[in-house]
This record gives sequence, C-alpha cells and structure tokens, in this order.
Amino acid sequence: MSFVVNGNAVPGPADPRVSLLDHLRETLHLTGTKKGCNQGACGACTVLVDGERILSCLALAVQYDGREITTIEGLAETAALHPLQAAFIEHDGFQCGYCTPGQICSAIGMAAEARRGVPSHVSADLAADVILTRDEIQERMSGNLCRCGAHNGIIDAIQATMAPAPTAETSAELAA
Amino acid sequence: MTPFTYLRADTVNDAVRLGAGETAAFLGGGTNIVDLMRETVARHETLVDVTRLSAAVTETAEGGLLIGAAATNTAVAEHHGVRTRYPMLSRAILAGASAQIRNMATVGGNLLQRTRCTYFYDTDGSHCNKRAPGTGCDAREGFNRIHAILGASDACVATHPSDMCVALTALDAVVHVEGRDGARTLPFGELHRLPGDRPDLDTVLAAGDLITAIELPPLGVAARSTYRKVRDRASYAFALISVAAAIEMDGDRIADVRIAFGGVAHKPWRATKAEPALRGELASEAVFRAAAAAEFADARPLRDNAFKPELATRTLAAVLAELAKGDVA
Repeated sequence: MSFVVNGNAVPGPADPRVSLLDHLRETLHLTGTKKGCNQGACGACTVLVDGERILSCLALAVQYDGREITTIEGLAETAALHPLQAAFIEHDGFQCGYCTPGQICSAIGMAAEARRGVPSHVSADLAADVILTRDEIQERMSGNLCRCGAHNGIIDAIQATMAPAPTAETSAELAA
Repeated sequence: MTPFTYLRADTVNDAVRLGAGETAAFLGGGTNIVDLMRETVARHETLVDVTRLSAAVTETAEGGLLIGAAATNTAVAEHHGVRTRYPMLSRAILAGASAQIRNMATVGGNLLQRTRCTYFYDTDGSHCNKRAPGTGCDAREGFNRIHAILGASDACVATHPSDMCVALTALDAVVHVEGRDGARTLPFGELHRLPGDRPDLDTVLAAGDLITAIELPPLGVAARSTYRKVRDRASYAFALISVAAAIEMDGDRIADVRIAFGGVAHKPWRATKAEPALRGELASEAVFRAAAAAEFADARPLRDNAFKPELATRTLAAVLAELAKGDVA
C-alpha cells in the first residue's frame, strides 16, 4: 500500500497497529503534526485527508491507502507562509505553539465545511448558508484545545482569514 | 495494543465471511475501537475494515431515507433530506464529539461504539463488569455523575454515549443487518440492551452480524423536531441529559409526539411513558412536567446524579415549549 503525503507518494506502515500520526512522525519524520493526548480529545494531531480534517491519532494508517494527506508542512508551497499561518502570528494565536499545527489544519478543514454549507451545533437555521461568526468559529473549532489559552487570538486569526467574503484569488489560496 | 490482522472488505458478503468469529470486529472510522484497543480494553485479533461498503443516503420507495452504514456522521448531518425532514437527527449528530471525529466516524460505528464510563477504561485501577465480567462495578459507589438513572443493574450503571442514537430511537429507525443466516431488520429500539447481569453485551447482535444500513421511515411529525443536549461544557462533552423531541400540533393541542432521552440509561431511552401522557393534551408547562414525571417515576439516581430527573424534566419542558410554539428551525 501507499499514500500521498503533501504531494509525495510514500510507503504505508509495516504494522497495522501504527496510527497515521505515528507513521507521519516516526517513519516519515514529518514532526510538524503533534501528539497531544493520543486519545482524540485535544486535536493537536489534526491533518487533512482529501481536504477533510481528521484526528491522525485515532486513524490506523493502513486504512488510508490511496488517500491524499496534507500536514502543516504541506500547506505552503514555498518558504512563504500560508495566509492563516501569517494571521496566527499577527493575532497572537499561540504561546508555546504545540497545538498550532492542529489548529491551522483544523481551521482550513473547517472553512471548507462552512463553504459547502455544513451546519454546526450553534447554527440557528440548519438549511441556511453558513456565516462564520465568532460563535460559529468557536463551536466548529471546539475539537482543538489550547492549554496556553490563546483561543481568543486563534479565533481572531481564523476570522480575519476565513470570514471576509473571499475573492477568487484568496479562495484558491485558502483551498491550497 | 495487541497484534491484529487487518482485512478490508469490498462487499457485504466478504465482510460477513471475514468478520465471522468471536475474535473479529468490524472497523469503521476507528474513533472508538482504536482507542479501546490501544488501552487494551479491547483485544480483537482481526479487524475487518468496512468503510468501503455503502455510504450512500438514498430515498426509499416509502418516502423515507436509507443511510449506508459507512456514511460518516458529517455526511448524514449535512444531507439536505435529513436537515429538512429529520432535523433532530442533524442536530443530534452536530451536538456529538468534534468535527474531526464526525468526519471519521461512521453510522455503523456510532451505533456499535461501546456503552461505557471512565471505570470501563481504567484497566489498571478499577473493577468493571463490562470489561471483565464478574469483577464488580466501582462506578456504583464511586464518581457517578454521568451515570444511569433508568434501567441500570447491580452489575452496571454506564450510559450509552451516542447522540445520534437518541434521535434514531425517537425516529423509529430500522436497522438493516446482514449475518451468516442472511439479511434481517430490527427496530432501532431493540438494537441496544439494558445491562442486566450481562453488561459485557451492549447490543443483541451476534458475532459476525454486520449493520449495513439505517432506514428512516417517512415521519411527518419529525419535520418539527430538535435535539437539546445539556453537558458540563458548551461543546465536545458527553451528555448529562439530552432530549430528542418531535411534535405535531393541532391548534394548541398536541396531535403527535416523539421523545427519547440520552444520558439516562445503558441504551438510548425512548420515552414510552411520556409520549402517551402528551398525545391529545393541551400544550402547557404542567402537562410537559407531568409527562416527564411519568417517565422518571422509576428513576434510581446514584450518589452524584440525583439532579438528573429534574434536569431531564426541565430540559424536556423547555424543548417541548419551543417546539409547540414553532420556534425551532
């Protein structure tokens, strides 16, 4: 088996017990994705699979045969930062930075969900277009914890990047 | 994690054949079983990946929906027909877990996640009849704030953690099962068990039985429905109490109603006593409270959860008042 990580075909795990998180970190040496709780409670290990955010700690790598995985290392194509990475710096969206890769991958997946109209627990109307208000972002990002308590800056950064009506260029950039 | 063999099923027949045997289990998104195996609470020797089986949501000839068991929680919650005709189901799913987990977790896996409590997970320090039959239950005299108040036994007081299943119970869903003897269906309310003296068994399914789909019958009353979850933090926590409710009004009178509770029992709890107490009555706070009182007359709270009957009563009354006024989208 093999899958694609950040555009590169890579081998799968030798043992089916290996989580996607451990495979990324220990075998592929992509240590940007972080191991927080290793039980699905903190969101630090969030990565994108075919554009959808998932928890790599609860994912058996062997299940992801043939899928396209994007980690924090694959968000920006060059040395430049992804716009959301830049916004996290601008808005003080972190202190220690441990939860940040998961926060950023999660927010990119979250924005895609909002664009296709997935409602949330706080959406008043299940059928309406999604407007990423502060309440909406807070609820949609509740799977990502920050022990430093930088949540206000995190929400500011996400709102500044994802919530303004996107132009054609920014949409393409954010979907990258 | 103990070693296991990973197999992927491409057809339902393959899955049933590969999944036969006491030491095999089916693998959906893995969000519960991977964690249980890592903690050695579960020690399956074979995992049969069924995520490539049907994930389709299709219209039935009767006017309901058939949801493939491999559909993700997110796919069901965002489905237009679910949002508009069964809003309580979308609301229940969106109240559960986190977005990342909802993107991974399948419908079949949600139904078959273990009924559990923290003592069940504590392999080193706690007695648990569900994990190790006959060893005792430390929750009964321990920290039991989240535990059951209805239908529990001396052996087990754990609650079923699913939000989706509370809505499916209220909606009279039908479970499609494929087993060694062929296909069969069962009413959703008969899938999960009360603990009795076998808390190690969460459902009535036999080893090798595969849930292939959930069928939602056409149900007019469900168009006006919602789900309310009360928990210790605003998001990403298990329910202390939850209510799935649907109502159909005839003027000020309740023409029809569906109610189920979460967080109260070892299985999603259909309110078979509250519903008849409401049908045909004029909607009022007193009537709502009386219906809840009928449902919780047999409640047996534990040391830390004596608040649950009143919390469930208030939550039901608030939800029904909103639905009766037509305030819920």
